[in-house]
Amino acid sequence: MAVQTRAAISDVPREPAMPAEQFDDLEQQHRVATFGMWVFLLTELMLFGALLSSYTAHRVLYPEGFVEGSRHLEVLLGGINTVVLIGSSLTMALAVHAAQTGARRPLMGYLALTIALGLVFMGIKAVEYWHHYRDGLMPGVVFTYTGPLAQQVELFFRFYFILTGIHAIHLSIGIGVVTMMLILAWRGRFTADRHTPIEVTGLYWHFVDIVWIFLLPLLYLFGLS
Amino acid sequence: MSEHVISPRTYLTVFAVLLVLTGTTIGLAFVPLGIWSTPVALTIAAVKASLIVAVFMHLRYGTATSRLAVLAGMFWLAIMLAGILDDVLTRGWLRIPGK
Repeated sequence: MAVQTRAAISDVPREPAMPAEQFDDLEQQHRVATFGMWVFLLTELMLFGALLSSYTAHRVLYPEGFVEGSRHLEVLLGGINTVVLIGSSLTMALAVHAAQTGARRPLMGYLALTIALGLVFMGIKAVEYWHHYRDGLMPGVVFTYTGPLAQQVELFFRFYFILTGIHAIHLSIGIGVVTMMLILAWRGRFTADRHTPIEVTGLYWHFVDIVWIFLLPLLYLFGLS
Repeated sequence: MSEHVISPRTYLTVFAVLLVLTGTTIGLAFVPLGIWSTPVALTIAAVKASLIVAVFMHLRYGTATSRLAVLAGMFWLAIMLAGILDDVLTRGWLRIPGK
């Protein structure tokens, strides 16, 4: 029994794979880990929900300034980034599939693709931020927009930077975690029986994608027509 | 483990639908829909999010507790949004300054 317990604590899979000692079996352990991630994502929803509630209240109060601010965002770059992030969700889902079927090389390939697409998103986001800096639309750093709506536009850009900034921080963490998963997969830590970390990482990645799917219409799209 | 394995074909189908919906929402943004613009865009975003949650995040085959976490999240978010909107959207109704 003592030998079995040690094997369970070590993250190196032994045959047969053993659950941690507080669980009856691997399936229960998998269920609990997955549920834990869902509860964490629920708290994340509250974080973004609070920001979006505040955004909603101010947009209702200052509609003209928010429309004017939104018109200064580049829909093309925002649209490309949406496609990039949805693509990264596809590769992440395929990585989970590869993990479920115990296919190590495809797993590593899809994880690497997911990291690459995440970096492409960050690169495009950096280009956008550079454009805002160049155009003097970065409140607190350089804000040169003038006109009757200047204060409202500044408020819109504060929301824009807080929302996209916190989203970018989440994506950076996601890229870091997926990189760790790639290293673990390379070391052969995952098998068809034992791949819960990949599944849980996927849940987090998809959540970050969902946040962006709501940011696209709320920040980029509503000032166009 | 007896977890449900979703086929790559299903993932690719969902991916294609998500791309079509993204194109639709960006296209509709150029159509003057007036006050309906944002509700329409948010509805499309909600459909996209549901597809990701159901298929990519496996909730369709998930446990009851995972579904409960998602429902609880949406429930509390709805309370927060309703509580804020019933303030800012109804200001001015009584024609009393500051109310």
